[in-house]
Amino acid sequence: MSLTSIMFYFFALVAALSAISMVFVKNVFYGALLLIVCLLSVAGIYVLAFAEFVAVVQILIYAGGILVVIIFGIMLTSRIAGKPLLVQHANKFLGLLVSGVMFVLLVYLFSQQSFTHTSLPPQPEKQIGKIGVGLITDFVLPFEIAGVLLLAALIGASVLASTMKSNRE
Amino acid sequence: MVPVEHILYLAALLLTAGLAIVIVKRNAIMVLLGIELMLNASNLNLIAFNRLQPDKIDGQMFSLFVIVVAVCEAAVGLAIVLRVYKMYQTSVPDEVTELKD
Repeated sequence: MSLTSIMFYFFALVAALSAISMVFVKNVFYGALLLIVCLLSVAGIYVLAFAEFVAVVQILIYAGGILVVIIFGIMLTSRIAGKPLLVQHANKFLGLLVSGVMFVLLVYLFSQQSFTHTSLPPQPEKQIGKIGVGLITDFVLPFEIAGVLLLAALIGASVLASTMKSNRE
Repeated sequence: MVPVEHILYLAALLLTAGLAIVIVKRNAIMVLLGIELMLNASNLNLIAFNRLQPDKIDGQMFSLFVIVVAVCEAAVGLAIVLRVYKMYQTSVPDEVTELKD
C-alpha cells in the first residue's frame, strides 16, 4: 500500500464520518463545522487526484467564504442570543430509508461497471497553466456566464437581505 | 493507485448523506448545508473521471463552475432565510404556511 492510497483512505474516512455525523447532529453550529471538515478532506482527495487548482479553490471558497456566511446566518437566526440553535428531526425513518436505498443502489451500480483503469501516466506539469488558457479559449462562454451569475447573485442577495424602509412593508 | 470506484463510493455516500440531511432536518440552514454536500459529491465524481483522462481538463473546469453555482446558491439561499426569519420569526420551513391556509 503506497503513501497516496493511505492518505486517500484517511481523507475518505474523515469525509465519510463527518458527513454521516452531520445527519445525526442536533446543533446547527456543529453541523456547519462538520461540513467544513468534510469539505477540507474532500479537497485533500482532489489533491491526490491531480486536481490541485480545484482543491485550492475549494479551500479558499468554502473555508473562507461559505463558512463565514453560514455562521453569520446561524447567529442571525437564533432566537435567543447565547443559546445554541437546535434543530428538530422529522421524517426520520423515511429519510434514512430513501437515502439508504439510494446508496445501496448506487454502490451496486458502480460495482457492476468496470472503468478502464490502466496504469496512468503521471499528470503533465502545467496543469494550472492549462486551466488558465482553457478559461479564456475553450471555456470563455461559461466563464462569462459564471461572471454574470455571480453579479446577479451579489445584487440579489444584498437586495434580499437589506433592511431598507421601502421593503419593510 | 486508488481505483476510481472507491472515489465513486465515497461520492455516493456524500450524496446520500446530503439527501438524508435535506429530508430529515427541520431547519432551513441545515437544508442548505445538505445541498452543499450533494454538490460536492457531484464535484468528486467529475474529478474522479477527469483522472482517467490525464491530457484533458474538462472535468476540472466543470467542477469549478459547479463551485461557482454552489456559492451563488448559498448566498441567495441564506439571504432568503434571513428575510423569512425577519417576517415569521422562525427558520423552520414547515412553519411558514401562509399560502396553505
